[in-house]
Amino acid sequence: MPRMTIEDLKKIREQAVRTMTVRAGEARARVIMHMGTCGIAAGAREVMGALLKEVEDLKLTDVIVTTSSCAGLCSREPMATVQLAGQTPVKYVDLTPEKIVQVLKQHVLGGKIATEFALASGSETTG
Amino acid sequence: MAYRTHCLVCAGTGCVSSKSYELGIALENELVKRGLAQEVQIVRTGCQGFCAEGPVTIVQPDGILYCHVTVQDVPFLVEEHFLKGRPVKKLLYKTPAEKALVPALKDVPFFSKQKLVVLRNRGLIDPEKIDDYIAADGYMALPKALTEMTPEQIISEIKRSGLRGRGGGGFPAGVKWETCRHAGQHRGIEPVVICNADEGDPGAFMDRSIIECDPFAVVEGMTIAARAIGTTQGFVYVRQEYPLARHRLLKALEQAREYGLLGKNILDTGMDFDIEIVQGAGAFVCGESTALMASLEGKVGEPRAKYIHTVEYGYMDRPSNLNNVETFANVPLIISRGAMWFSSMGTGDVSENPWNGSSGTKVFSLSGTVNNTGLIEVPMGITLREIIFDIGGGIPKNRKFKAVQTGGPSGGFLPESCLNLPVDFDSLAEAGTMMGSGGMVVADDHACMVDAARYFIEFLTEESCGKCVPCREGLRSCAEVLSRITQGKGRPEDVALLEEVAQVMKDCCLCALGTSAPDPVLTTIRYFKDEYDAHIEKHVCPAGACKDLIEYAIDAAKCDGCHACVNACSVGALTGEVKKLHSLNKATCIKCGACIEVCKRDAITTLPRSYAA
Repeated sequence: MPRMTIEDLKKIREQAVRTMTVRAGEARARVIMHMGTCGIAAGAREVMGALLKEVEDLKLTDVIVTTSSCAGLCSREPMATVQLAGQTPVKYVDLTPEKIVQVLKQHVLGGKIATEFALASGSETTG
Repeated sequence: MAYRTHCLVCAGTGCVSSKSYELGIALENELVKRGLAQEVQIVRTGCQGFCAEGPVTIVQPDGILYCHVTVQDVPFLVEEHFLKGRPVKKLLYKTPAEKALVPALKDVPFFSKQKLVVLRNRGLIDPEKIDDYIAADGYMALPKALTEMTPEQIISEIKRSGLRGRGGGGFPAGVKWETCRHAGQHRGIEPVVICNADEGDPGAFMDRSIIECDPFAVVEGMTIAARAIGTTQGFVYVRQEYPLARHRLLKALEQAREYGLLGKNILDTGMDFDIEIVQGAGAFVCGESTALMASLEGKVGEPRAKYIHTVEYGYMDRPSNLNNVETFANVPLIISRGAMWFSSMGTGDVSENPWNGSSGTKVFSLSGTVNNTGLIEVPMGITLREIIFDIGGGIPKNRKFKAVQTGGPSGGFLPESCLNLPVDFDSLAEAGTMMGSGGMVVADDHACMVDAARYFIEFLTEESCGKCVPCREGLRSCAEVLSRITQGKGRPEDVALLEEVAQVMKDCCLCALGTSAPDPVLTTIRYFKDEYDAHIEKHVCPAGACKDLIEYAIDAAKCDGCHACVNACSVGALTGEVKKLHSLNKATCIKCGACIEVCKRDAITTLPRSYAA
């Protein structure tokens, strides 16, 4: 290992911002991949792989990718929910690796819902 | 590729002994098997504080807390949570009160009432990787202290923050640093900076956990102190019984040296400083500053009178600045975030005078009869009630709270009427106890206060170094009087005798261990005098704890003849046929309590025995 300068310390910190965001569980946006058996069979693993790669390539530090269970609408899998801090979550259906990248760019980064792939916004009623 | 999920497996001493290392390895293997090794990272962290529920594992960013995870649970956990994103219900934490599932970390009262400053990196960084520490804003303060601040400015910042010594004395750290710097300059001798990691209180493990979860913060804090005081040499005095803490500290020192954050020409600023680890043999008295320095010099660990302070003449007669682990761990954040940020937490206004309040947070180890035993960090000024009932989750088995001992074995016991007391240096001292290093032992109504005082006085008698007469003989006579009271042989004048001996010790002992040693006796007399009277006058132990004053009996209405007690009894005092009322032979019973522990119906009771004079 090399000797550090004050600049090197800053670099380590900048590179690790994403790691620390994930560990602290706080971020500007969260993309939840629905990974039920149906989702995985329909290709959710590939979709998530593409999403993770894109997040990495774009060096996004404040976007968390996480998994959740089946969203119930097995016929429209793979599905994902995009949740921007302080906004209503939006569910996307029939995703492919290409589509999820578009959702990331348009919705997560651009702030506009990718209406052509979106199913609905909001959460299901519970209670 | 960056990991999407981080699985933070606690690797503090508590969880390691409940097999968290094996758990981590099993998780890693399973992730490889499932093709998730590039997406999910296993991080071994320092103590996460929730030792009662170990091994504890936190999954982020989901904020899920798992307890008691075993190697057998791993395949299911990985498939369900890490692949499919479904938290595994049976492993989620349940609150003791309602036995309800509480999945999210922020909803667990044990965590939600805490304020993490010193322990901010617990469960967040791998304590054996300096890059993790740097990523979590570590080593932000040192460059600032080296390039933007003069030693005098560092000292003034620490003074204005109101940081007081966390080892127990509560002496303002900035004042100590300043005196040490001046002594060095005045005498023309290089001072030395020493970190006291000789934590010897039974039931206390704050310093061990701080080192285990964030050793770099201690190293960075010491380096800043070295700059302020003007020295190139530092020691950490850590007890031999802390192998994991020592291992992590050694690794931290190694990595800091490789990065040029210790050693010659730190960060190319021309400052030299290095730290050496010295192992103590585990003598309680060596946590006392003068005894510690004697031990560092290779002499017998005995304290000396302190009319000459160690900041002027300490280790090898050099000006020596000794602070506790927790004190040093606070320093980096005070420098990087500022004195005002630190003093905004806690009590009093310390901007002019650090003696005017208690700022910041304090780490406590919570143990005894309380539901959530573990390690906690709370803002100064929080009440004892909040600590014991909200964070601690109250008293188990629906029993009643009786007393809490703060400050280690020589701390005092406080009763229920003191529960609303704010926890800070001065309020505790006023109530007759102390902050100490942060041990907190809770006792329920089955504990006898006279017996508790006897227990701690006996511990202190063994640990007294014996150098000064008041401590050596005072403790011995207190122990003698207390044991005869618990045996029902107390004399009417005994309470007055205890008070007199205690006062002599307070006035005359050489070191703080001696002067505080009578506190368990004095506070139990002050708050639980009726228990002393019952033992002495009526030969009865109201709590039913003192063996010589009770006898065991079987409650015929409750016993269902399950036979568990018969199997547990090692002396054959219990007999009976299965499903029929059992009987107990009082002549052979040794009152060990084994039967009480196994009886599910609370059918074995303790009755007061009349004193056979």
